[in-house]
Order: sequence, then C-alpha cells, then structure tokens
Amino acid sequence: HGPYQPHEPGYGLDQPGYNPYEDEIPDPQTRMLAIKNAKAYLLKTSTKSGLNLYDHFANILTKILDEQPTNTVDIIENISKDVKWAQFRKKMDTLRDEPLISPTFEAAEKCKALFIKEFGDEHEGVEEEMGQPTLPNVMEAAFYFEQAGIGLSKDESYYIFLALKNLINVQPIQTCRFWGKILGLEMNYIIAEVQLREGEGEEEEETGEEGEGTTVEGEKETGEPGEDEEKEAEPPKSTYKPPPPIPKEPNGTGTNKYVYFVCNGPGKPWVKLPPVTPAQIVCARKIKKFFTGWLDAPIVSFPPFPGNEANYLRAQIARISAGTHVSPTGFYQFAEEEEEEEEGADTYEENPEFEPPPVAEMVESLATWAHHVKGILKQGRCVWINPVQKSEENEEEEDEEEEEEEEEEQQEERGPPLLTLISEDEGMKDIPAWSTQASTNLIPEYSVAILQSNRWPGAYAFASGGKFENIYFGWGHKYSPESYTPELPPPAEAEFPSGPEITETVDPTVEEEMAFKIAQEEALAEAEEEEDEEGEDD
Amino acid sequence: ASLSVLEGRDYRFERVWFWGCIQGVRGAYYIAEGLGPDRAAPRSRLYSLNCVDWSLLTPATKEMLALAEEVKGRFQGDPSFEYSLAEINAEAAARLVESGKEPVMKEEARLIATIEQIDRAVGIVPRGAFVKTPLGSVHENRHFEGLSLVEAKKLSSYFHFTDPVNLKNKTLLEKADLDPSTDFLDSLEHDIPRGSWSMQLEKGGTVVVLRSLLWLGLTFYHVPMTKQFGYVYFGTGEKNLDLPFML
Repeated sequence: HGPYQPHEPGYGLDQPGYNPYEDEIPDPQTRMLAIKNAKAYLLKTSTKSGLNLYDHFANILTKILDEQPTNTVDIIENISKDVKWAQFRKKMDTLRDEPLISPTFEAAEKCKALFIKEFGDEHEGVEEEMGQPTLPNVMEAAFYFEQAGIGLSKDESYYIFLALKNLINVQPIQTCRFWGKILGLEMNYIIAEVQLREGEGEEEEETGEEGEGTTVEGEKETGEPGEDEEKEAEPPKSTYKPPPPIPKEPNGTGTNKYVYFVCNGPGKPWVKLPPVTPAQIVCARKIKKFFTGWLDAPIVSFPPFPGNEANYLRAQIARISAGTHVSPTGFYQFAEEEEEEEEGADTYEENPEFEPPPVAEMVESLATWAHHVKGILKQGRCVWINPVQKSEENEEEEDEEEEEEEEEEQQEERGPPLLTLISEDEGMKDIPAWSTQASTNLIPEYSVAILQSNRWPGAYAFASGGKFENIYFGWGHKYSPESYTPELPPPAEAEFPSGPEITETVDPTVEEEMAFKIAQEEALAEAEEEEDEEGEDD
Repeated sequence: ASLSVLEGRDYRFERVWFWGCIQGVRGAYYIAEGLGPDRAAPRSRLYSLNCVDWSLLTPATKEMLALAEEVKGRFQGDPSFEYSLAEINAEAAARLVESGKEPVMKEEARLIATIEQIDRAVGIVPRGAFVKTPLGSVHENRHFEGLSLVEAKKLSSYFHFTDPVNLKNKTLLEKADLDPSTDFLDSLEHDIPRGSWSMQLEKGGTVVVLRSLLWLGLTFYHVPMTKQFGYVYFGTGEKNLDLPFML
C-alpha cells in the first residue's frame, strides 16, 4: 500500500510524529496551542442547555465503555439522546421525585399496616380462647389451587390472609372464608364470605323494613285527601297496581345465608355488602355488565337494575355461590332425617363419619360431588313464597280480589333440593356443566382432584383427602353459548278500546242549531194555539 | 424446560416463549411461539397437551380464519375433533363441498385461527420496545429501558404488534410528531370499542397490568423502568362479543 501522495487523505499518517494537519502547523508549540483551542472549543458551553460538547462526548464514551452494548454504532444517537436526557433529569430531580414515589409508597404503607397489626394481636389472641373465629387457612388452599394451575401469587395470597385476619378482629365474625376475587375495569374486588355471630347485623334489617312501610302508607294518605278535594279536575287514576315486591329472605337463610365483605385490595378497608333481594337477582340474570371497581357506581342497563354496583356484585356472588359451591358427596348430611315437603331441610352439618373417596374416583365421576348451597328459583329466592299472602295486609278489599285472580296463575316453584349431586346439573348444548381433571398424572398418590365449572367460568373446586375448597377468580359473568341479547322493551300499553260510548260526535253547527230551535218554537207555538183553541171552545 | 429444548434443537428459533393456554372442555392446549430474527415475520406456533410433547401448527390461512369466526362455543380439548359446519353455516359448508372437501372444520385449524386472531387483535408491546430498521425488518430495541411511570399509565404508550391499520389515517400534524423508528404500529388509544382495555397497577404500583376485555383472558404486564414486559393468554379461546353491552 505504498507511501501516500500529498493529495491523498492518508498522507503523513504512516510516519511517526505526524498528524493530518502537520503541513499547516509545523511547530510543536503552535500544535499545543491548536490542541488547546480545539479543547476550548469543545468546552464551550451551549447557551441553550448549559452543556458542553467535551463533557457530553466524555459521558457518552464512558457510558458505552461501561455498558458495552452490541451494535453500538447503530444506537449511538439514542445513547447520545439518553445522556442528554439524564443531564436534564438531574436538575429537576427535586421536583419530580416526590410525586413519582408516592403511589408505590402509599400502597407499601398500607401493606405495612397489615403486618404491624399482626404482631399486636398475637399477644391478645393467646389469652382469649373462647369464641375464636375460624380464620381460614388461605395459604393452604392457595397451595392446593396452585397444583391445579389456578390462583394468585404467593405474595398476594399472603396479603389477603393478613387482611382477613384484620377483618376478623374488627367485626364480630363466627366463620370466615376467602370466597375469591372478581376482576373489574379499574379495580378488583377481594371477597370474603362470612357468618356473623348471632344477633349481629339484624338491626339494620328492621329499620329498613320499617322505613319502607311508612313511606308506602304516607303516599296513600296524601293520595286520598287530594282525591276528595279535586275529584273532577284530576285525570282518572290508573287502576294499574304493580305486583307487590317479593320480600327478601331474612338474614341467615337462603340467599342471605352468608354476609359478604369486599375490599379493593389487601390493605384497603373492608366494606359489608347489603343483603340481596329477589328483585335484584331476577334483574341480574337479565343483564351482563362489567364491574368497574367502585361500589357506588350506578348500573345503567335495561331492565333498570334496582341498585348500584354493590347490589349487583352481591347478586352475582349469590348466583355464583348457588351455582358452583360444591363439596364431596357425603361430607355434609341433613341434620334431621325427615325432609319437609315443600321447603326441604335448610340446615346441614358435617358428617363425622365421612370417608373421602380416592382422588381418581373424584375425578372420574361427577356423582362424588354435591352442591351444598340451595339453588335460586326463578323468583329470586331459595324458598318460594306466595306474594298474595303478604299483600292482604296492605291493600283494600277491592284490590285484593283483583290480585288473587292474577296470582292464581303463578305456580309454586320448586328448586332442586339441597345436596343434589352435580352430575344432575344440566349442560349447555354439548358442553357438560363441569370439567374435572387431576392435577397431575405423574404422581397419583399426591394429586388433587380439580373441578372447573363451565357455567360460571372461573369457579374452581378442589378435593384431596378430606380437604376441599371452592374459589372463584374471574369477571363475574355466566357463560352462555349464544350472544347476549338485552331484553326488549315491553310492548306499548293498549289504548282504551274505542266504542260508541266514548266516540266523540261532531258538534252540531250553528245553522243546524238554529233550524232545530226554530222547529222547536214552531212546535211550541202550535201546541199553544191548540190549547188556546181548546180554551176558547170551553 | 421443554421450551428450551425446542429452541435449541428442533426449530432454530431465536426466541421461544410461552404464549398461553386455551382451555377446552376436556383438556387444555398449551401454546408456545417461536420467532426468527425478524420479529415481525409470521410466527411459528406450537401446541402441546401436556407441556412435554410439542407439535408445530401450520400458519393460518384466510379460509381458516373465516371459518373459525363461524364456529362458536368452547374448544373440546381434542385436536382431532371435527366441528360439523353444516349445522353452523350452510353456506360455508356448501362452498367447501363444492371445492371437494368435507364440510367440517378440525379443531386444530380452529386453534390455529384463534391464536392468530388473538395475536392480531390484542398482542401488544410497549412503545419503544421494538425498532424498525430502514431495511424494514423489526428488531428489539436494545436500548429500551422501560416506560416511565407516567407513560405507563397512558394507553397510547402501548402498541399492537401487527401490521398497522390506523397509522395512515392520522393527520399530517400527528405524523410529524411520530418517530418512524419506534412509532410504526397502531396504538391502543383508538381501539373500538373505547374502554376495551382495563389497566391496573398492581403490587403497589410497580407492575402495570393491562387486561383485554375483548378476548377475556389476555393479560399483558410491564414493570415500568425495566425491560420486562410480556403477555399471556389464559382462557377459553372465545371472543367476547357481548362487550358493547357490558361496558
């Protein structure tokens, strides 16, 4: 590659002590000066950003040599941009840091509160042994569900565990269970199924009913005096009386057997959900809405849902529990041997002589599982009630007769009795209502039988030995093979049939009236003349 | 572990990852995806019933996609199960019969089509994670360090990882702000219907989780300020057509 010619760019490079500008600056002193000038130029601070090129290059090279990314030449511009950006960040650090840290910080604080309380309560717990509520072993259930491939992360399960413990300490609770988690658009719900100690929580019920009673009577009173005063001016009152609301089941039975507490996340406060009414369940069956995560959000739907998101959530929880809570057959048995005809036994207790069938059997046949929650009838309750009985107290006599005639058509509904085997659950189209599998085929001794519901996707149950548990993780909706169609609005009410009595006749015109009047006067005049004549004759 | 075996020995993929699981009535399909050097190329997908033996799925054809839209209901869990099309859509069945094939759709084909649909509709990545070179191929951005917390909360920082549909419709003003190397995909902001993504911060705000409401079960996560992100599908493989009613 021979010596370079002066006009070639590489001239002088192959000789020691020469640099490309050598012909311009022969003198070493001026060379040093040139270097200093170049460096001074590089060090010149930009008026806009306060940086200088020299430091910038130094930073870039340091970063590159430290990180040694591949294909540096391709991303050199990005690196340069990032170094500059880093410079800016340092200056505004004091302003920006605070808001950035706080959301994580606050959440961590709340979780910390969970941990601290635990220590405080340990000492108290040891002393009181009476009336210890049963804290569910969430971690154990989480372990079993993990074998099935379902569940929350260990961290979250542990947080929920602590939050449940908090709940127990705050509320008077007899039994408690982690029911599951329902996902929402903005926030999720963690749900605990709880049975309160007897006597608690009933006071709210009564005030609610009394309040309703007084408002109904108040309305009636204002209606009657108004009618007496202005009878003619008021339009005719409609004889339509809405069907009486079906009363909700009292606490402790049927759909309201358990009380549910929800929170948006472990560490957040627990909120008690109100008991569910049959009207809410009936309506919830007709709509399909996502939960937003705010309990007081309104539900905009058709037919209009009586309540806000808290009520809708409670109704869905009731439906899911009724549809999917199962236990191994024989685990629970009826307390009394005789069943009443209509209602069936409401109570069940654990069977002390229960022998768990082997896991393989539990997986193969669905007859080894049974529901232990009563199904919900179309009416929206677990126990059918005849609305006519209740209406007698409120209505007047005439209305009573009308109601009875209408109500006769409603037939008594019967649901499946408690403790039915789930093999009798109907499937939808070709899909059975439940799918079973064993958690692993490789180690049959320790595998767990797992049940997945196809009607409520997200509901799972597991059984292993004598232990079993139900749980729900999902969006809170039932599965339907066809698309959802909202209910159509009711047909327009029929108008009053038109007949001759109420058809308007055309008013007679003025000429007709005059003609009629003249005719009448003539007739009168004739009659008078006749009388006069008769009078004269006498 | 079995995924690494796939990567090295059999298929010469650069990256293999676990795509998710579609639950059928009688069993579940576990799906994995493998990628070659160009990330935007059509991906190879593999499925397995037990996470040990993996079988390659053929790429989806338009026909398969059209047929899969007709078939509704759960997957059965058996790849050789055949859906009889005559019941579902007489026209499609007639067309097939004319072309000499039987009017059935195999579950495997339905599986392929469903995975392709899910990826196209809701496969998302954070902005800046992938760059497009001037030659047209797409690579991971080595320099991507994660979205900041503020950016991570905005839907516009996430893109669909498929051929963009809406990009050309943007006004010129908007296009001027875009950076063609990173903004070559559709963002989530304009998804129809609005609100079909649910975004949450978990673990005290350290992880952003996006859940799709159109395909229930698709979950995307990203840890802001780190390179970690990914999405996975766990569900029944059915599109949520009731979405407009549910919002």
